[in-house]
Amino acid sequence: MKHVIGVIVFIVVLASAAWGALNVNLLLPAQASQQAQPIDSLFNLQFKLVAVLFGLIAGILLYSVIFFRRKKGDETDGPHITGNTPLEITWTTIPFLLVIGLSLIGSQALAETLRVDPRAIEVKVTGQQWSWRFEYPAYGITSDVLYMPLNKQVLFKITSIDVIHSFWVPEFRVKQDAVPGRVDELRVTASKIGEYSLVCAEICGTKHANMASVVKVISQEDFTAWVAGELGATVANPADRGAKWLKQYGCLACHSVDGSKMVGPSFQGLYARQEEMESGATVSADDAYLIESIRQPAKQVVKGFPNAMPPAAGEALTDVQIQDIIEYIKTLK
Amino acid sequence: MTHKSVNPFSLGLVRGLIGLIIASPLGIGLVSVLLAAQGQEWLVGKFWFTEPAWVLGAVFGSVGFLIGVGAFNDWVKVALGEEVHETHEADPSLPSWTRYYNFSLDHKVIGVQYAVTCLIMFSFAGLFALIFRTELIQTGLQYMTADFYNTMMSLHGIVMIMAILLGLAAMMNYLVPLMIGANDMAFPRLNAFAFWINVPSGIALLSSIFLGGFDTGWVGYPPLSVRAPLGMQMFFLGVYLFGLSSILGALNIIATIVRCRAQGMTPFKMPIFVWTALATAIISLTATQLIALSFQMVMFQRLLGMGFFDPAKGGDVILFQHLFWFYSHPAVYVFVLPGLGMISELLPVFTRKPLFGYKWVALSSIAIALVGFFVWAHHMFTSGMQEFLRVPFQYSTLLVAVPTGVKFFSWVATLWRGKISFETPMLFILGAIVVFLTGGLSGPPNGTVATDLHLHDTYFIVGHFHATMFGGFVFPFFAALYYWYPKVTGRMYNERLGQLHFWLLLPGFILQSFGQMFVGLLGMRRRIADYDPSLNIEQPNILVTIAGLVIGLSFIIFVFNMLYSAKRGVVSAANPWRSRSPEWLLPTPLPVHNYPQPLEVLGEPYDYGLAGSTYVRVNPQSAAAD
Repeated sequence: MKHVIGVIVFIVVLASAAWGALNVNLLLPAQASQQAQPIDSLFNLQFKLVAVLFGLIAGILLYSVIFFRRKKGDETDGPHITGNTPLEITWTTIPFLLVIGLSLIGSQALAETLRVDPRAIEVKVTGQQWSWRFEYPAYGITSDVLYMPLNKQVLFKITSIDVIHSFWVPEFRVKQDAVPGRVDELRVTASKIGEYSLVCAEICGTKHANMASVVKVISQEDFTAWVAGELGATVANPADRGAKWLKQYGCLACHSVDGSKMVGPSFQGLYARQEEMESGATVSADDAYLIESIRQPAKQVVKGFPNAMPPAAGEALTDVQIQDIIEYIKTLK
Repeated sequence: MTHKSVNPFSLGLVRGLIGLIIASPLGIGLVSVLLAAQGQEWLVGKFWFTEPAWVLGAVFGSVGFLIGVGAFNDWVKVALGEEVHETHEADPSLPSWTRYYNFSLDHKVIGVQYAVTCLIMFSFAGLFALIFRTELIQTGLQYMTADFYNTMMSLHGIVMIMAILLGLAAMMNYLVPLMIGANDMAFPRLNAFAFWINVPSGIALLSSIFLGGFDTGWVGYPPLSVRAPLGMQMFFLGVYLFGLSSILGALNIIATIVRCRAQGMTPFKMPIFVWTALATAIISLTATQLIALSFQMVMFQRLLGMGFFDPAKGGDVILFQHLFWFYSHPAVYVFVLPGLGMISELLPVFTRKPLFGYKWVALSSIAIALVGFFVWAHHMFTSGMQEFLRVPFQYSTLLVAVPTGVKFFSWVATLWRGKISFETPMLFILGAIVVFLTGGLSGPPNGTVATDLHLHDTYFIVGHFHATMFGGFVFPFFAALYYWYPKVTGRMYNERLGQLHFWLLLPGFILQSFGQMFVGLLGMRRRIADYDPSLNIEQPNILVTIAGLVIGLSFIIFVFNMLYSAKRGVVSAANPWRSRSPEWLLPTPLPVHNYPQPLEVLGEPYDYGLAGSTYVRVNPQSAAAD
């Protein structure tokens, strides 16, 4: 009886310590989406459950280790206890019920995160090595920064043009892989104004760690103003448009405009330069070569830069856009 | 100690390496000649260095190694109708240490071969981890390129997995026949063959560093693995070979347990470790094919342009993940079940009490193995697989907690009112329970879909996984190495160094895995060479790296202890742990064919505290006379 009271004290102390340490507010990033709320509640419930179970097992273990030590020189055996069937049935049944209950609650939390708002705005998300692109089909806008209006559900349609990426903003909690050949949906209702980081959570090659985009959650008015600004912003100068395309289509993830060496050749001073190819030939980087390199990147590869460009990267661009880009490259002396 | 000089060519390992060096260029040359004969234009300029040439070179090299080591000798003789030796050693006239470098058929020798190879691969994998953890001390890339980081990180994973499989095979090979009263494994030649495949496998895996590396992590998801450098193929080939070893080994373990038990050794009288070996072997035998298949499909996609996982050719990227995880999730139960069996096996010895609820513990292993087949898609909650699959897999995943819970409750019930002593093996067993508890309890948040949407692909998973592997394999494996060390070497390890090893490893590991879980919850993704300074996770990352270095230091102390004590250790008593298990009733060194007289089973395995009871009797006179 003395041991039973003692071990209960141990269990309560350890469980309380774990209960206090496992605090959702300290262990999770700030919460910035409606979908995060059921998820954080489920985290909270799980943390409490973990604390109790930890206290139970670790309490008995710690108590036994302290109070059931073998005395020096004692060569005798312990009591001959081989088992206890009612006890075994108890600690099979109770965890089984707990597991079913947790699954039920977990399924409800999942359903909450999937709740559909028919007025959601659609954003097409395209991942590529190593950048994200966002298209707003309702407005015909393409952007490399993700703008989201506050308290309005956004339906992301997520895909990739090369390898698997994964769409994740830790403050939103939810995550969805971007898979080539598929379009997958994810619904997020941003609930807090601010700037966040959208990162790639699935390893996608050399610069996986740096694949990130800025996410701006703004008020509905600011969002409307941003849309109007984008739509009104017809850029007259082709070179300026070209600079915009390079940013939007993720080209700058691998090509610098200041001469620094990245995965692909820098655009600085590229136009009309004599470039040595892998094959040994020398080619002038004129219009024809640049168009070919965007449309068919593997055809003539610059020496020292093994082709890493997704074949689909150039397919998204129109002829006019490519021409704009060439105009811009011409300005990078 | 001086050995009488031995002709190096009498060592199978040396002959095998020569075979590998001769056969690899043959494979490379064959492909090059065939491709050149077809007049393939794209070969010009890189004649010998095409991917198909290297792949076939590695295949030829592996076969060359096996021929050199003598793996096929007996089978060729049987095929030709010649007589084969029934002795364990290829050439009994050689000094006894050479058997560890030869194609020995003795399961005890093979067990030691597995253990040493495991520790070598374990050292490599640990070193890779320390290399890339150093990079994570600070944000930004300081010491290495992102590609090198990715290669180190990916190799750490897969080499560690290979080391774990080798460690399991070491324990199962050495112990299962001894524990069930068998004289050897059911198929000794297959057993030796299964061990020796691992050598070319390890060489292939490590060679990937020099062939461009690979950047996919150990999972090798296409399309990234289709685009990765040549090192990727060496990874596939290495996994293929050690997977074959795993399948053949499992077949042998099952056959041995089913067919070779001593008279009276009924299933519920077997030592509990044998149950876990059986459960693990069932999974290995039936699931390993799927990872081999998935990797083979990527291999063929790269070599032959097949479109299995290429959406442009009608392929499906998600299909790979189903095939891959159908093995790779049950594989984690392969990794931990024998370790959990080790906990159940040693607790009664050091508490001097019977194992609480033997039958429940035995059957819980089988239950884990079976439920383990129905949970694979919990690795794919964010993958874009059919949405309706997510909730059923959540239920099945959480069900694993039930049989695992039975084990925990039975362990603490075994400790309760025991007479516990704290020699090094027992410390590692207690450490295993604590660490596996943290690993197990960090599992359910990954198992429920909603919370996993946040946790998937973060460092939380890394922390959870390492806790299950250390609790389920590393700690119990160390316990087993210390515990059976006197049986294998005849000498006792150094107790002080053993305790030091433990007291560095346990806090080091707990700090490491808690640190990993902490930064993961806060948003640190896994498999990244660099992290965003705005996450404010630099300090915990420094601590994780320091903890990793402490683990490395403790491992060096362990290796020193093993090597030093083999020569200078105190000569051990025959049964220093006062165990009831049959192998401790045999003399040390163990007789070549284990039990010259059949083992007699008289009682229950763990009846500590029951006056006058015996588990087994081995005939001492005939054993000594062997």
